[in-house]
Amino acid sequence: MFRNQYDTDVTTWSPAGRLFQVEYAMEAVKQGSAAIGLRSKTHVVLGCVNKANSELSSHQKKIFEVDDHIGVAIAGLTADGRVLSRYMRNECINYSFTYESPLPVGRLVVQLADKAQVCTQRSWKRPYGVGLLVAGLDESGAHLYYNCPSGNYFEYQAFAIGSRSQAAKTYLERRFENFTDSSRDDLVKDAIMAIRETLQGETLKSAICTIAVVGAGEPFHVLDQGTVQQIIDTFETAAEQEDPATEPDAATGQEAAAEQGTAADHGGSTDEGAAPMDI
Amino acid sequence: MNFTASKQPESCLLGPESDSQRTLYPYVTVTSVVALKYKDGILMAADMGGSYGSTLRYKSVERMKPIGKHSLLGASGEISDFQEILKYLDELILYDNMWDDGNSLGPKEVHNYLTRVMYNRRNKFNPLWNSLVLGGVKKGEKYLGTVSMIGVNFEDNHVATGFGNHLARPILRQEWHENLSFEDGVKILEKCMRVLLYRDRSAVNKLQIAKITEEGVTISQPYSLKTYWEFSAFENPTQGAVGSW
Repeated sequence: MFRNQYDTDVTTWSPAGRLFQVEYAMEAVKQGSAAIGLRSKTHVVLGCVNKANSELSSHQKKIFEVDDHIGVAIAGLTADGRVLSRYMRNECINYSFTYESPLPVGRLVVQLADKAQVCTQRSWKRPYGVGLLVAGLDESGAHLYYNCPSGNYFEYQAFAIGSRSQAAKTYLERRFENFTDSSRDDLVKDAIMAIRETLQGETLKSAICTIAVVGAGEPFHVLDQGTVQQIIDTFETAAEQEDPATEPDAATGQEAAAEQGTAADHGGSTDEGAAPMDI
Repeated sequence: MNFTASKQPESCLLGPESDSQRTLYPYVTVTSVVALKYKDGILMAADMGGSYGSTLRYKSVERMKPIGKHSLLGASGEISDFQEILKYLDELILYDNMWDDGNSLGPKEVHNYLTRVMYNRRNKFNPLWNSLVLGGVKKGEKYLGTVSMIGVNFEDNHVATGFGNHLARPILRQEWHENLSFEDGVKILEKCMRVLLYRDRSAVNKLQIAKITEEGVTISQPYSLKTYWEFSAFENPTQGAVGSW
């Protein structure tokens, strides 16, 4: 995309009927680090790649628990994502309070989309620069939605967003037909494999990815590093040749990263709260 | 400027006196509602009398109404407040339907919504003068709850309002059991309503029984209970009494 005379305001149409500011906002999503989601009939799994600015800092929190039955993974401007997560949490808790019942995922997603649409039609606002993968469970089953800065939303069996997400999408496209009847553990394995695709050669270890699950009888929570590493080990040893060499690296790298990783990862699921460094 | 003596002390938190539209007493009232869970859903009974103080003024008051696809609401207390509640619920169900997304508010959700409404009105010292019974079935799950005018709410296998709590609940506690058949449920309800007819001054002998199941709501045509007044104790009521009453 190149600069042009119709891209200054979100409220300016181009002659071809495009809103460039909205499209630029969608570009911001593509620049963010990858996030993927996939669902079966009873479970939904979210995964994301943890990117840290430097070795000294912690990585950004990209998966948020919205309610017991809904969670969200974001890609793009994480600050926008954080604010939208707060909105979603608020909506869920207000609905729960009034109706003593969990907010149906489809309705939350529509409210979120309407909120995003407002920002595409006010001259004094800008679109949210974040894409959200909303995973949730309600009476009508397991759902995975993608909410766009444009105010559109779609339901998916599996999806990936952010940088190098195409690799993950290709992997998911090959296997999505089996997801509906997948077991929970197979679904998690597939999520980790999809994450691995976006890493493109980089060693897969639990320090650089975060996985979260929600399912029937299983409230939304982020899996702890140990569990994720175990799952990685099960298929890394089977598949990769260079494993004996990298395993020790992974182990030591694990320990160092474990401190910051654990704090950051656990922040997603427990009341200890996000590690102070995260935000 | 209002020159009549004000009843409000200065330290009152109840707002300006011109705000004199708060509910202070009920005017046209209806009496007990009794309801129980049975095999296929909920059975609810209510008579059709509307009293204006001690006058039995209205004799065809329908006080059980279906709400949405899954719920049935019965009310006792001030009729105009019940009609107001029906308007609120109408709007609630309308917005629920407008989502057009396959989700719908079930009896649990409606009950809790009503609890919020009743409690918030009570906090503003402007209550809706009703005791409500909310029953329904959704996805095979039966639900029966009640809310009072001050926001007290709970669920149970059988509930009643007003005098029903004192006269009907003991009968229900004795005779209710899981998986009652429709006929048995009606029999128990009629027994309760008969006792209420004998002993509640504001009851009339014209009642409706409503049932809600997964399939929907059916409200019977009004009918009367058979009564018996030839008890020997009635023939000479003062016979065994020291003094009379």
